[in-house]
Amino acid sequence: MYAFEFVKPKTVEEAVAALREGEAKVLAGGQTLIPTLKQRLAAPEKLVSLAGVEGLRGIRTGDGVVEIGAGTTHAVIARELAGAVPALAALAGDIGDPAVRNRGTIGGSLANNDPSADWPAAVLGLGATVVTDRREIAADDFFQGLFTTALEEDEIITAVRFPMPKTAAYAKFDQPASRFALVGVFVARLDGNVRVAVTGASENGVFRWQAAEAALGADFAPAAVEALAPPPAEEMISDLHGAGDYRAHLVKVMTKRAVAACG
Amino acid sequence: MVEISMTVNGKPVTAQVEPRTLLVTFLREHLGLTGTHVGCDTSQCGACNVHVNGMLAKSCTMLAVEADGAEIVTIEGMAAPDGTLGVIQQAFQDHHGLQCGFCTPGMVMSAAALLRENPDPSEEEIRAFLEGNLCRCTGYHNIVKAVRAAAEAMG
Ligand SMILES: Cc1cc2nc3c(=O)[nH]c(=O)nc-3n(C[C@H](O)[C@H](O)[C@H](O)COP(=O)(O)OP(=O)(O)OC[C@H]3O[C@@H](n4cnc5c(N)ncnc54)[C@H](O)[C@@H]3O)c2cc1C
Ligand code: FES
Ligand code: FES
Repeated sequence: MYAFEFVKPKTVEEAVAALREGEAKVLAGGQTLIPTLKQRLAAPEKLVSLAGVEGLRGIRTGDGVVEIGAGTTHAVIARELAGAVPALAALAGDIGDPAVRNRGTIGGSLANNDPSADWPAAVLGLGATVVTDRREIAADDFFQGLFTTALEEDEIITAVRFPMPKTAAYAKFDQPASRFALVGVFVARLDGNVRVAVTGASENGVFRWQAAEAALGADFAPAAVEALAPPPAEEMISDLHGAGDYRAHLVKVMTKRAVAACG
Repeated sequence: MVEISMTVNGKPVTAQVEPRTLLVTFLREHLGLTGTHVGCDTSQCGACNVHVNGMLAKSCTMLAVEADGAEIVTIEGMAAPDGTLGVIQQAFQDHHGLQCGFCTPGMVMSAAALLRENPDPSEEEIRAFLEGNLCRCTGYHNIVKAVRAAAEAMG
């Protein structure tokens, strides 16, 4: 690891100010950033820890909305949302392993936007809103390709606001070595529409499978997905864990499983 | 250099560290607590697991400065001061839950974290919880038996 300075601000404003001076990076749970620093794949001059920042942790539910603070860990979400939004709790409870879930945060996962991460599927699948220190960003505008988001260099995610779905489910096909999603599909029924978001599969990161949304909007059943052609194999990731046509096939299989799990 | 203070296995420690010092480096090289192992470079093996304020964490994926003010328990804190093994450690010995022993400190810390939140886990729950602990020797079977036995011994 290269040397860096470490600062621990107490407020979001102080954290943003610290990010503006020099080559600085936010440190949340560190479950992505610290391995990256260890491999010397990044060399920030300064880490701005969010651990001491007030108001970034916790879950509030009410008025058909679930708002999760960006610094809330996967473990806390898995525990606290088990009753209110089981699809989000189950997704959080299946990320990595217990030690990763105790430190890794929803905000860190979204800012990182790994093409195989789980949270982007839930945020896009529910059409959630990403709240930052300066604005609110709709999920459809937030994710912009591999490891790329709408965030500015000095912008901090403070919370994520999910609409409460009628029903929702996440079906994940684990890549057993990394425990990330080889393919993960989040299906949600909201007032008047169905959304289907796919992670792990596409060369461009998380995406909405619109053909499936239309088919499920007309008939919310696994059979409606069965009749569809899978998404184009040449747009899918092809690597040693699975070829593009295999991933395209899995998108269909996992969508059917998620629909079945919605009940 | 930054000054940090924490409690490690019940003892207060204060030291000067570089911000880039990992918690595991601090434990092993500054405090000489070499029971916590480093088995990988990728945060995947769990050999370095310790408890930070009662929660399981990978000490290779945390900075020592992030542990400032925390209570840390390592494998050295699991046995009695006279060296008598803790219940989980004894169960690993009795059930042949280790061969080379490299993964064992992390396994024991994970097992302790599991039994605190779920004192009577099924075999399936044990296997799921130990997902982030890799063992190259045992095939896991006797590790799972040892954790079950520890759960029963702790009643
Ligand atoms: C062994 C292992 C297995 C894993 N398995 C999975 C898995 O199955 N599924 C999955 O989805 N993920 C998995 N992860 C990744 C894990 O979920 C991370 O916790 C997550 O990707 C990053 O969150 P963090 O809080 O640790 O962020 P950090 O590592 O601290 O930061 C990640 C990035 O986000 C930025 N950042 C962090 N917080 C904010 C914020 N509030 N505002 C703006 N920028 C911010 C940082 O600057 C950095 O660039 C795994 C990780 C490991 C080590
Ligand atoms: S050494 Fe920490 S996870 Fe492998
Ligand atoms: S006993 Fe050798 S790695 Fe587990």
